[in-house]
This record gives sequence, structure tokens and C-alpha cells, in this order.
Amino acid sequence: MTAADILRLDLPALTAAVLACATCGLLGSFLVLRRESLLGDALSHAVLPGIIGGFALTGARAGLPMLAGALVAALAATALITLVRRAARIESGAATGAVFTTFFALGLVLMEVTGARSVDLDLDCVLFGQLETIVWLEATGWSSLLDPAALATLPRQLHLLAGVALVVVLTVALLWRPLHLLCFDPDYAAAIGLPARRLELVLNLLIAAAAVAAFEAVGSILVVAMLVCPAAVLRLLTDDYRRQVLGGALLGGALGAVGYALAGPVPAMLGSGVALNAAGVIGTLGGVLVAAAALLRPRGPRVAAG
Amino acid sequence: MTLGYNTIVVLAGCALLGLAAGTVGSFALLRGRALVADAVGHAALPGVVLAALLVATLGHDPRALPPLLAGAAVAGLLGVLAVQALARTRRIREDAAIAIVLSSFYALGVALLSYVQTLPEAAQAGLNKFILGQAAAMRAEDAFWAGAVALLALLLCLLLFQRLRAACFDPDFARVAGLDTQRTDLALLALIVTVTVAGLQAVGLVLIVALLVLPAATARLLTFRLPRLLLFSALIGAFAGAAGAAASAVEPDLPTGAAVVLAGAACFTLALLFSPDRGMVPEAVRRAGRRLDAAQEHFLRAAWEAQEAAGAGPGTAGDRWTPIAALAAARGWGEGRAWWIARWLAVRDLVALSERQVHLTPRGAAAARRAVRAHRAVEHHLLALGAADTAGADRLADMVEHGLTPEAASRLLPEPSALPASPHALGGKP
Repeated sequence: MTAADILRLDLPALTAAVLACATCGLLGSFLVLRRESLLGDALSHAVLPGIIGGFALTGARAGLPMLAGALVAALAATALITLVRRAARIESGAATGAVFTTFFALGLVLMEVTGARSVDLDLDCVLFGQLETIVWLEATGWSSLLDPAALATLPRQLHLLAGVALVVVLTVALLWRPLHLLCFDPDYAAAIGLPARRLELVLNLLIAAAAVAAFEAVGSILVVAMLVCPAAVLRLLTDDYRRQVLGGALLGGALGAVGYALAGPVPAMLGSGVALNAAGVIGTLGGVLVAAAALLRPRGPRVAAG
Repeated sequence: MTLGYNTIVVLAGCALLGLAAGTVGSFALLRGRALVADAVGHAALPGVVLAALLVATLGHDPRALPPLLAGAAVAGLLGVLAVQALARTRRIREDAAIAIVLSSFYALGVALLSYVQTLPEAAQAGLNKFILGQAAAMRAEDAFWAGAVALLALLLCLLLFQRLRAACFDPDFARVAGLDTQRTDLALLALIVTVTVAGLQAVGLVLIVALLVLPAATARLLTFRLPRLLLFSALIGAFAGAAGAAASAVEPDLPTGAAVVLAGAACFTLALLFSPDRGMVPEAVRRAGRRLDAAQEHFLRAAWEAQEAAGAGPGTAGDRWTPIAALAAARGWGEGRAWWIARWLAVRDLVALSERQVHLTPRGAAAARRAVRAHRAVEHHLLALGAADTAGADRLADMVEHGLTPEAASRLLPEPSALPASPHALGGKP
């Protein structure tokens, strides 16, 4: 395998996997700590009609309209979940399930109706992800990494992923203390006048943005694994806020890299013809890690450092 | 579309599936287990793929449904057990456990699927259709299998009815009465797995949770009684299942699961908006009606008190015309609002209306006297108790006087038949 091959095929997909998993891993801790894991499930499904809508309106698979549509869909879904829970007086799990399945179904039908499916946003992308299709055809060798003309042709999924990752990291850094309070002591946070609802809104929007950016890489459903699995592993192992959040991001990134390597490049290096779906391997690894952490976690009394 | 034998059998199978899902879903919703079905559905994928792989390796037809359904059931059960094991760590709550299990089992299924599709003998099994469902691709014998499994779930539900009801409504009582709620919960989980497996081909494993949640949630909006809840939920489920199958027959490319979910969601939305007891529209109408009643009583009372303040006196009300603007000022209302209420009262023949002035008709005077008495009775009561000062009593009475019957007002007043004087000056609002 030549340097050009690695740059063309493996590097873009690997970068996409690491960026998507690290971003989701960073945000997942806030879901798990705030006991809102199902919201991650709900948002990752609910953005589908927004993505298809943004796609249908502009007719192109461009990042920003799809992102905008997805954020609108995410806001609508969270508002509807609250409305349904209050008006129908059913528990929030059932309200969530009723709303996000409806949104997802709407997205599937929109896909059929708008013809988006036949162009290039197909069902396989939604269900399985298309990490393998993120390629950088203009790369010719290591020198391409320093060549601005070649760098400009990097796949657009990477641009979107990098942009969302940057926004997420900056926002989390900026809101580090308030988010800490929101996770561990929401009552105290409300008492000292923290705008808890607005913070929750910001978090939900970030999660929706991460879900969209990761959508093309890993698909709608596997985003859930990226969001919840690294955070759950850390939750089993630590009580420390900093370790939980940063560790979640690091573990997510590592999962992305290792999962991608195990799916294709490693078997290829060993001379096997088997190539597995990378997103599936990453998600499976996440589940295995949670199971391992649950079995091997330290037990007994510990001092809570949170 | 032509209704061939195959289509009819598939339609019937899907309706039966919806019937079972609606019934099981009601208990799942009441017991707070609705989303476990989401974990079960997604967890079934690796089971289906492994079963197809095994069957193909043994040299049989990987499209045969029973082994695939068995694989789905085993994997679904494993998923449920994994959720429970994770929740037992107490550091991961059930909702996070559901998200972990559904996504990582599904991921395993995706990875296995990408492997199986490279194998010639298993590739044609068409496993993709189990993810979002494709009723149009079902053969009559598939529909028989799905229908039989659904029927089994339905029968089990009826057999276990007493236990399930006790576990849903009063788990403490059930325990005291010697019913093992843990075993009942396990039975419920088994029922959820059964329905999920039955729905694999028609609805698909991603959206099957909606067929359990939406009909049950719709039925909850329509009734409070369990037998009726089960009946409504089952019927709505059957409708959604049949609608999905019909949509798939017309438009085979459409994922059937999506059509089923949208049919269920349409029912749910209609119930959410228009259910007589709990719907948002009837509720808004009732609230608007109550506010209109209160506003009418306030208007009539203001008209009466304007007479009183001018010295016309009770009983002679109707002698003088009062400008609507003055009444609006007395109530602290905008003039436009007072005008609309005056128009409505004129329609009901309670006031006469002329050139932006009103006077009470005899019927209006009687209604106004009742409103004034109710208001003063509450005021008097609050003042006698020492519960409020004059202004506070006036404000509080404005809020509570509207439901007060004349008999109740009599009991609150010192002289039951007389109309007492107002404890405060009449005219403008403080």
C-alpha cells in the first residue's frame, strides 16, 4: 500500500471516525450524567427529516442547509416531547419514543417522496453509515498534506465534522463550570440563578449538530453508540467530572481509530479479504468496553470527587 | 392494487400483529417499560444475521423465516437481560442501559451484515428488509408465521390478564397478595420480545417500538378504564398494521415500518387534539367557555353596581342607560373587550344595547343580582373570617364567585334573602 493510497482512502475515513466519535464522546457524558441518555437516541433519529428537508430544498448534499434543517428538527422534536408528555400525561420515555419514531418515519417517507434517496442520500447511509465512502481522490503523496490546492479538495464531510467539533469543544470549554453544576446539582444551579433551561437548550443543539455531522460517517442509529458507550464506561470507572468528560472524548476518539483499523486495514494487513462495516465495528467495540467496565470496575466505597 | 390471496393474507397478518402489539404495548406503557421494546428490536439484528449465516452454512435456504425469527428472539432476550444487568450496576440507569444495548447490539448486527453480504450463499437472504420492514415482500406463509406468533402473544396476554393488571396498577398490593411481580415483569418482557419478533418482517426492528407505544398512548388519551384501553389500543394497532401493509402493497419501495408508524402517529395526533376528556382542543374550548362565563358575570355585576352607585338602587335597575366605557373602566378592561361581551350579552337577551350604552333587561337584572349576591357573599365571608382586607376580598371573590350557587351564597350571608351593600366603594377598580 502506497502513501497515496493511505492518504486517499484511509486517512480521510480515519479522521472522520475519530472526529465523530470524539465529539460524540465529549457530549455523551452530559447526557449520561444528566440521565438523559434517551434524548441522545431521540435526537439522533429526529434529525433525519431535517437533514432530508435541507437536502431537498437546496438539491445538494451540502453541509450547512442539512445542518440547519437538522437543528430545526431537533428543536421541534424536543418541544413536541415536552408537549406530548404534558398533554397526554404519559411518562417521558414513552413520549420520547412516540415522537422520535414518528420523526424518523417522516424522514424515511420524505426521502422516498423527494427523490433524495435516488440521488445519493440513500437508506444504507442512514442505517449503516458510509465511512468507507469518505475519500480524498486528489491526494498524490505525503506532500499533498502541505499543498493548499490539494487540501482544499478534502471531502466536505470532514469540513463539517471539523467545524462542529471545534464549536462543541469551544462551547464546552466556555461553559465548563455551569455544565458541571447542571450535571451534579441542578437545584443549586437553579438557586444561584443559572439559566438551566438555556444551558439544556445549548446542549441539545450541540448534540443535534454532532448527530448530523456524524450522520454521514456512521449513520443515524450508530450515533447513539458513540454518544452513550464511552460516557457509560467512564461513568462506571470514575466519579470525577473532569475525568468523566475529557476521558469520554479521548475514549471516543480511540474507539473510532481502533474500530476503523479493525474493520478494514488490520485484516488487510494480515492478508484476509474480510472487510467489515467500520461503524458497526466501532459500535460493537463500544458495547464490549461497557460490558468489560461493568464486570471489572472497582467496587467498594469510594470518595466522590465530583 | 389488486387484492390477491397473498395481499389479503399479508393484510390480515399485519392487522393481527397490530392487535397483539396494541395489547402488549398497553401493559408495557402502564408498567413504564415501553422503551424496552426499542432495545429488544434493535438487539434482534445480530440474531437474525447469525441465524441466516448458520442456516446458509448448513446448506439450507436462508430465506426460511422460522430460524431467523428464533435467532431474533434469542438475541432480543439477551438484549433485555443485558439491559437489566447494566441497570443493576446502579451507576448506569435503565435509560442509558437501553441506549447502550440497542446501539451496540445493532452495531454488531451491522458489522455481521457487512460480512454476510460478501458470502454468495447468504447474500440473497435479503436481510436488509428486516431493518425497516417490507410487508410487500412477505409471502403468505411468512404472514402465517407472523400471525401465529402475534396470536400467541395475544393469548398469553389474556391468560396473564389478572397478574399484569395487578403489576401495572398496584405492584405493592400484588406482592402482598402473593403475586410475584418480578415474574410478571419477566413475562411482560417475554411478551414484548414475542411481538417484536412477530413484527420483524412487516414493520422492521428499528420502528417496531412505535407499534407498541403509539396505539397504547392514543388509547390512554381516550379512556381511563383498562378493558376499554386494551380494546382501543388493540384496534388502533390493528388499523396501523393494516394501513402499513396496504401502503406497502401500493408502494413497495416505501419502508413499511415508516407507513405503520405514520398511521399510528396520525391516530395519536387526532386523539391528542380532539379526545373529549383530555384532548387539547376540547380542553381549550372548555377553558375559553369558563372565561367567557366569568367575563359575562363580571359585566353584569358591573352594570348592576353602576346603577347602585348612581343611586338607582337594587330592584329598579334597568331605569338608566350606562356607557360601556364606564363599565370597562370599572372592570379595568379595554373598551373593545367590554364591547364584544356586551354584544354577546345582547344576543342572549340579558342586556339591551344602544349607541355604546347598555341597560339590563329583566332577565339580565335577575342574573346580575345573582352575580352580585355571589360576589358579596364571598367578600362577606372572607371579611368575617378576617382572611383578607376589603380590596383583597374583592379580588379573591372575583376569582371564586363563579361556581357559587344561590343556595351556597345564602349560607355565607348574614341575612339569606337580602342583598347586602358592597363593603367597598363602587365604580373604578382600585
